[in-house]
Amino acid sequence: MVGIVVVSHSAKAAEGICEIAREMSGEGALEYAGGDPDGGIGTSSDPIREAIETASDGDGVVVLVDLGSAVMNAELAIEMAGVDDVVIADAPVLEGALNAAVAATSPSATVESVRESAEEARDVSKV
Amino acid sequence: MPEEFERQCDLVVTALEAVADRLAEEKETLTELDSAIGDADHGANMNRGFQAALEKVSENDAGDPADVVKTIGVALVSTIGGASGPLYGGSIMSASQELEGGITADSSVAFAETYLETVESRGKATVGDKTMVDALTPAVHTYKKSIEVDDLDPLEALAKAVDAAQRGVEFTTPIRAKKGRASYLGWRSVGHQDPGATSTLMILEELLAVAAEELDGEIEREIDAEADVDPAELEAESPGEGDD
Repeated sequence: MVGIVVVSHSAKAAEGICEIAREMSGEGALEYAGGDPDGGIGTSSDPIREAIETASDGDGVVVLVDLGSAVMNAELAIEMAGVDDVVIADAPVLEGALNAAVAATSPSATVESVRESAEEARDVSKV
Repeated sequence: MPEEFERQCDLVVTALEAVADRLAEEKETLTELDSAIGDADHGANMNRGFQAALEKVSENDAGDPADVVKTIGVALVSTIGGASGPLYGGSIMSASQELEGGITADSSVAFAETYLETVESRGKATVGDKTMVDALTPAVHTYKKSIEVDDLDPLEALAKAVDAAQRGVEFTTPIRAKKGRASYLGWRSVGHQDPGATSTLMILEELLAVAAEELDGEIEREIDAEADVDPAELEAESPGEGDD
């Protein structure tokens, strides 16, 4: 099944987003990475790469990111990971992760369908 | 060639040591610049990264200069973090392949160009965004032109590149940031010098200092110097036989 990786500047935020998403998705492969190499606020490519490798079972992985350097580190992690079919969803990280987690439970889910579901979260208005 | 490679590897390590020392000394300065328009960690992150790169390089017995340079890039990616990890480390990794035949005037230009292209494409930044690209672009263009058009030796070319980078750093102060954390500040970013452009200049200055020291008296015609843009890396190299 399609794996999902949540990347945030804060490991706690990334973990929390996974918790919320997991409540909707059950068993799927949902991994997270957050924090800089010193444990502070930031992002770093090695932990993202490891999360991608853990989340992958061969069906591809969709990565959700928060701000700025999260994108660059995720891109570099994708280049360095030994995994095919990894994409970054251009979506808000929390809502996108939730949508992706639900979409990944569909028996016909693909990396593209999961990414599209995540990106639909861009248009959700809240009030 | 192996002997030449060995000498080039040693020079790369000497340059790395100089850069690491400089960034350790300038840690507070970089952090101060970054606290004005960023998240106040540039000095600490760069220092941590280059100290880690030194350690890694001393553990490895690389056979050619491209390997040493790549090892530096990999270490920086793992230890700097944030945007500077991919921008410095990732770009050095990509550009290191230009040095596979050794460090020469030509390969140093190729290294510099690939480094710049990688920074631009990864950071999606262009000149005028108030980023390291503002220091790097004039440095790389000046280095290439000095070697390929003006036929200067690499040491002179590198000296001109450093001057160009210096002007690029000054240019970042009066402009508004369009990329990176500073862009969130909008107009409030005006009047502050960019930390990434500054660290890029510091690295280039150290490469020049090492090249001047190590190549003194050796430069005659087509030597190799290297450097330019590479943070971390480089320096100069081989006298003589050079070019490939």
